[in-house]
Amino acid sequence: MGTCFSTLQFRANRCDGCGDCMTACVQAKSSNGDGAQSRIRILPAAAGTGYELALCRQCADPICVMNCPSGALAKNGTSGIVEWEADACVNCLLCTAGCTYAGIVYEADIGHVTKCDLCAGDPACAKACKNGALEYRTEARIFNAYGDKEDLFCRGLSACHGCNSELLIRHTMRVVGPDAVVAAPPGCIPGMGVVGFNGQTGAKVPVFHSLLTNTATMLAGVKKQYDRVGRKVTAIALAGDGGAADAGFQSLSGAAERNDPILFVCVDNEGYMNTGMQSSGVTPYGSWTTTTPVGGAMHGKRTEAKNLPLIMTMHNCSYVATASTAFLEDYYAKLAKAIEAAATGMAYLHVYAPCPTGWRFPSSMTAEVCRMQVRTNFVALWEYDPHNGLQFTHAVDNPEPVENYLKLVGKYRHLSGEQVAHIQRSVDDKLAYLQQLTRADAHRRIA
Amino acid sequence: MHSKYLVLGSSHAALEAATAIRFHDMEGTVTVLTRDSRLPYSPTILPYVVSGRAKPDTVVLRDEAWFNENRIAFVPDATVVAVDPAQSSLRLESSKSWTYERLLVATGATPALPPIEGLADFPFHVLRSMDDAIDLKAAIGAAKSAIVLGAGLIGMHAAENMAKAGIEVTVLELQPHALSGYFEPRASTIIEDVFERNGVRMRMGHTLASVDSQGDGCVATLNDGREIAADLLLVCVGVKPNLGFLDGSGVDVESGILVDDNMRTSQPNVWAAGDVAQARGFWGGMVTNGILPNAAEQGRIAGLDMADDSGLAPFPGAVPLNTYSFFGQQAISVGIARADEGCEIAESGDDANGVYRRIVLKDGRLVGITTINDFVDAGIMWRLIRRRTDLTPVKAAFLADPRTTGRKLMSRDWR
Repeated sequence: MGTCFSTLQFRANRCDGCGDCMTACVQAKSSNGDGAQSRIRILPAAAGTGYELALCRQCADPICVMNCPSGALAKNGTSGIVEWEADACVNCLLCTAGCTYAGIVYEADIGHVTKCDLCAGDPACAKACKNGALEYRTEARIFNAYGDKEDLFCRGLSACHGCNSELLIRHTMRVVGPDAVVAAPPGCIPGMGVVGFNGQTGAKVPVFHSLLTNTATMLAGVKKQYDRVGRKVTAIALAGDGGAADAGFQSLSGAAERNDPILFVCVDNEGYMNTGMQSSGVTPYGSWTTTTPVGGAMHGKRTEAKNLPLIMTMHNCSYVATASTAFLEDYYAKLAKAIEAAATGMAYLHVYAPCPTGWRFPSSMTAEVCRMQVRTNFVALWEYDPHNGLQFTHAVDNPEPVENYLKLVGKYRHLSGEQVAHIQRSVDDKLAYLQQLTRADAHRRIA
Repeated sequence: MHSKYLVLGSSHAALEAATAIRFHDMEGTVTVLTRDSRLPYSPTILPYVVSGRAKPDTVVLRDEAWFNENRIAFVPDATVVAVDPAQSSLRLESSKSWTYERLLVATGATPALPPIEGLADFPFHVLRSMDDAIDLKAAIGAAKSAIVLGAGLIGMHAAENMAKAGIEVTVLELQPHALSGYFEPRASTIIEDVFERNGVRMRMGHTLASVDSQGDGCVATLNDGREIAADLLLVCVGVKPNLGFLDGSGVDVESGILVDDNMRTSQPNVWAAGDVAQARGFWGGMVTNGILPNAAEQGRIAGLDMADDSGLAPFPGAVPLNTYSFFGQQAISVGIARADEGCEIAESGDDANGVYRRIVLKDGRLVGITTINDFVDAGIMWRLIRRRTDLTPVKAAFLADPRTTGRKLMSRDWR
């Protein structure tokens, strides 16, 4: 596999044109503090409102390099930075003729071209941006670390178009590695072929199809047998919310209470999406499902979802965390902790998994729906262990109204203004409760 | 010898083609044959080698490690003398022969030599190869006076180097103005004035009638009968593609090798790119132009097509483009500077201080922009021209500040 690179991301809709990024760039890079020397330039849009960006995009196939007659420009194959070497440059400016983005420009004051070098992987501009319009994205590190690891599922799993559960299990098992045994209770994950078709499994590690009701206990038993014969494996459950929150809850709760050494991953698509979109215990208020229909008497689910990950913290787990596939770096950090914890005790990961088929949104929008769940605080990302208590891992500074999330998802299309207001209150209340817990745990840690 | 892909030449077009072939075909053999003895370098760098700004061994475009890594064979000192497309073969000066499945001719151009009486008897200089540059640099070190015949980019660069080395330089140019291929008379005049102020005698509208060797130098007679003595004569009146080795090959040529928009020649399995090729001009016609970005792009296209890469986007046509630095000043020219019928021209500047801008629009779209000491992003202007971006909604802003307006438009385009 090739190499992926970290990159600066610009979100024009968050930019207010304050210019702090340019000031930071000048402080970091200019020879004389002249603001004109910023290598990043924020410009008011040519038409209408908003802001535009002139900045080196560190192109994969840079034409500035192609045009350079002196060998002064080169794409660094490790960092991805298009590097400019002052001593080799002859100032012919042909590089500027290759750039569409004004990413390499002549600075009359200093007498040569300048371009962004990403501050060698720690860009000053992104750190200065208080609106989150500029962000230094480092997810590429995940690809570089795990891209060459074997995918432990075969090709051609028959997940729906746009399914992020498939993405999630492939990512997860790459990290867990081949020394693993997988339990998959009925749900989308076995349904897409993980436990097999026609006598062959879709996983390249031992996998068994537990019942909805006994996944955690059966996995704990299997793990015990591996321990007994002296084989070190990660015992991991890849379950849906039905197999965790509803029929599966008794065995899950028991395993957690005993702190059995397993890693239980709940892939929460808020209902029984594999069998016809019925409601589950974690289906949120207001959701359309086939068992909470929208009609004259009913307007989607009437009760709140139970907060399963929070319930799991009230057991004796060694590690509990929530995660979103839109924030993979966050997930990878938690997965590493969960794998470590599962060697000796129970680890529980609750991963939110919006479902394009069952929730009625376009399959191209899955990542955006995941992102909006977090940006609106509909989903909070946190982790818990008995020593440190509960801590947010991705606190949202300026949350968007929950309506911005709800309107992306078809199962909420019928909601009245009143229902939306109800959901917003519930989001705020749940967040306030989590904040109370984190504060209490912080006090406890200090004490 | 046999190579699946055979690339003739080792400058930008040839190297981009070899690179592009490897994007798509990691297995097929690729061989680069060049008449040069050195690792690849750009003809564009040569004036900087003459000035000492660049060193011959540091301007290598691809080193041996790159050829090894990409498993591309590099064969120097290989001058092709005949190509036989029917047999998919070619013959070298050394009488060795090669066969190929796909051939790219990217052999560039060589200096054109005007028919001047006595020229052949005097050891004049040209500037197209690294050896030429090394010779010229040595000659400048020894000379006190020089004549530069031809006020194109190479000639002007060389004249500047000579003036900076303390030599008395006279530049002769048959056209009424310097750099007339790239700049309008008003811009050329600004540039000529800078040269005059730096001690270079600019004799526009003049050429050489004859050259007489005298001692170590020569006496040159101008077309108006005046005589100038000089130790050094540099001839740079332009370049012409080297086409002789294609005689009898059936490859159609005019001023260069005629190619279609995928850089294919009239013969099967033969492509051409770069200065040797005569390809579509952006505003029609078939043109040869010695412009580096065009050569690189053509090479890329040829390589993709040779490797059957479906990602190929055909050549949209050559747009003239030049960035030119002289005595610490910058001139940029993109597109056509002249005004055809129906064009709208906006000129501004301060000639005395050497600041100038000329924008040519047609049907609300940019067709050319020239600036002196007024930096614009040539790449953005180039793309505004090639995409035929309608500037009508932002016309006032563009004319007032083409640099900022261009950047905004391109950022919008990117998103």
